[in-house]
Amino acid sequence: MTSGCGAPEQAAALPVNVDPSREVVLTGTVRSGGIPVGGAFVRLLDSGGEFTAEVVSSAGGDFRFFAAPGRWTVRALHRDGNGETAVDARDLGLHSVTVALA
Amino acid sequence: MSRDKVLVSAEWAEQNLNTPGVVFVEVDEDTSAYEGGHIPGAVRIDWKTELQDQVRRDFVDRAGFEQLLSAKGISNSDNVVLYGGNNNWFAAYAYWYFKLYGHDTVRLLDGGRKKWELDGRPLTKDVTERPNTSYTAKEQDLSIRAFRDEVIAAIDTKNLVDVRSPDEFSGKLLAPAHLPQEQAQRAGHIPSAINVPWSKAANEDGTFRAENELRDIYGEAGLDGSKPTIAYCRIGERSSHTWFVLRELLGHSDVKNYDGSWTEYGSLVGVPVALGA
Repeated sequence: MTSGCGAPEQAAALPVNVDPSREVVLTGTVRSGGIPVGGAFVRLLDSGGEFTAEVVSSAGGDFRFFAAPGRWTVRALHRDGNGETAVDARDLGLHSVTVALA
Repeated sequence: MSRDKVLVSAEWAEQNLNTPGVVFVEVDEDTSAYEGGHIPGAVRIDWKTELQDQVRRDFVDRAGFEQLLSAKGISNSDNVVLYGGNNNWFAAYAYWYFKLYGHDTVRLLDGGRKKWELDGRPLTKDVTERPNTSYTAKEQDLSIRAFRDEVIAAIDTKNLVDVRSPDEFSGKLLAPAHLPQEQAQRAGHIPSAINVPWSKAANEDGTFRAENELRDIYGEAGLDGSKPTIAYCRIGERSSHTWFVLRELLGHSDVKNYDGSWTEYGSLVGVPVALGA
């Protein structure tokens, strides 16, 4: 585990100690014109639009959040554009998300 | 307090990359960020391995801080500009730490790495070498650092500001949502604390909100400006961000950061814990 608040490496594979049947995991990719975008600032917003967490997408455009069950919005910022996607994650498990920059 | 005494803009920073006596310092937990590209001329400080004692849970002591800054080539008279990722969390933590050891000429880069990158400003992979200095630190200024007994005594008395996310405050989560939730300590918050997530103080690009907006945010949340304030989070870095806002931007006189934060408080035996929003 990491003892601080820095984001772990953002990659598609889950750490071995994470059991997606016991928590909500939002995982996905930031894309621009279909091409993965690394280095985007990916923000998790709650159902009221309030900021909850932020990570930087990996070189392959991947990101991941561990959240409470609920409705979320994933918003990405990049110098080439911004984008966001709503996610219904009221059920436990792995939820896949794609955020397209425009 | 004047904003330009404690903050520099990205524009100012880019214009002063080569100004003698101005030292840029990137502070991160993930030092690969620096290796992947940093502000030209910036040195780096590793939050975990260089600012923390590697055996006890505490900071490096005064002599350790002197050694660190001497080795980084930072002198007492330098104007230090701190920046980092994570919306400047660890840079704000380092800012508090520089103040703790008496370095007065220190400022934060408004927006940190994020604003710099979103602006498309230059980054380099060249490692910065600075000649060693002989840095002298002061004794810790404990007027800005809170310890656990003082926090317990502050319940229902001082302002306690819990700056974690609402789900951490209520006890649904033990850590921010971008981290695995595997810690073992109790969840919840310190009774009588108000919950003002650190992020309320920041714009989307990582810059701080304007002073009038900040005053409204903390006023509406019930912060009584006439009382002393203690800010806390999980490990003391997000609360450094709020400590910076309350003391350095809004000019509140008695504001402390509780660096033990929830990882200490939530593991104490016998202390009161509150759940729910």
